[in-house]
Amino acid sequence: MPNRPLQSIFHGMTTLPAHDESTLDLTVNGDPRTTPVGTSLAAFLTSLDLDPRLVVVELNRAILRDRDAYGGIGLSEGDVLEIVHFVGGG
Amino acid sequence: MATSIAAETDTEFVIGGRTFASRLMVGTGKYASNSQMIHAIEASGAEVVTVAVRRVDLDRAKDEGMLHHLDPARYFLLANTAGCFTLDDTLRYARLARAAGFNEWVKLEVIGDQQTLLPDAAATIEATRILAAEGFRVMAYTNDDLISALRLEDAGAVCVMPLASPIGSGLGLLNPFAIRTIKHRLSVPVIVDAGVGTASDAALAMEQGIDGLLMNTGIAAATDPVRMARAMRLAVEAGRLAYLAGRMPRREVAVPSSPTTGMLGT
Repeated sequence: MPNRPLQSIFHGMTTLPAHDESTLDLTVNGDPRTTPVGTSLAAFLTSLDLDPRLVVVELNRAILRDRDAYGGIGLSEGDVLEIVHFVGGG
Repeated sequence: MATSIAAETDTEFVIGGRTFASRLMVGTGKYASNSQMIHAIEASGAEVVTVAVRRVDLDRAKDEGMLHHLDPARYFLLANTAGCFTLDDTLRYARLARAAGFNEWVKLEVIGDQQTLLPDAAATIEATRILAAEGFRVMAYTNDDLISALRLEDAGAVCVMPLASPIGSGLGLLNPFAIRTIKHRLSVPVIVDAGVGTASDAALAMEQGIDGLLMNTGIAAATDPVRMARAMRLAVEAGRLAYLAGRMPRREVAVPSSPTTGMLGT
């Protein structure tokens, strides 16, 4: 097991980035993203340059159908978002 | 959407209580450019235009979504569940599509095999039952198999969409008998979906008496998609008219078209 000792040597030496209390860690469309604490869903979409009328948002596997409510939905640490839209297809 | 020649002498094309202007429905995939797609769709005369649901590419969100190019006021956007291999994924995609807010219709596809892209009839029937109960108008893509088609109708599909041949194959209508059988036995409309490669395929499919035709690659992968879209439009009309006109019986003997009497020298 040539790799096992190496792994144990380096384990603990890698400095994880200190968790920033002012930001939230999210997973958006499969990729990690951060956003300031207190960001609403509406503001988050705006920060991504997305028009809420042209996308559909799923937050932690729940589809958010009411776009008018996006401004009142606050994002939380660890939220998983899927943002989808219509593309060409048969 | 100009009135077709066929439409003047035809019954209305109604699916799930809604009347549609054209019996030809088209997909929006595989075009070289959005401009080419728009021109082809216009040339096809289609009203129903299918779209897929996919993640927004967050690194280039602008100018990518279909809604930047297709006017939902002009076209009836029909979301599909293409690419789904499981019941759960299919339901998730259908619900996401409905949340887009245009309509409660879905072109349901549950693919059963990566290589042939043939549909998983059992999962499609189950998904149809669940989504119909949720108020979806389910247009169910399926095999050219009568029993699957009957089960989909029972499950609440507003129309059943048997394939002509595998998706993107361009092989045309492989089993006209199976399609005719399905059409004869179902009460809901039958739309042939997938496999049409050229205009004669479209006409042949329509001549079986089906209610409509859905295609994507047959137009998009043509050398000149805009021309092919027009050809498909005419072929769907021609095939429909020929069906309504009622073809002559096939005879394996020649029958002269001109009088046999009055010949010189008799």
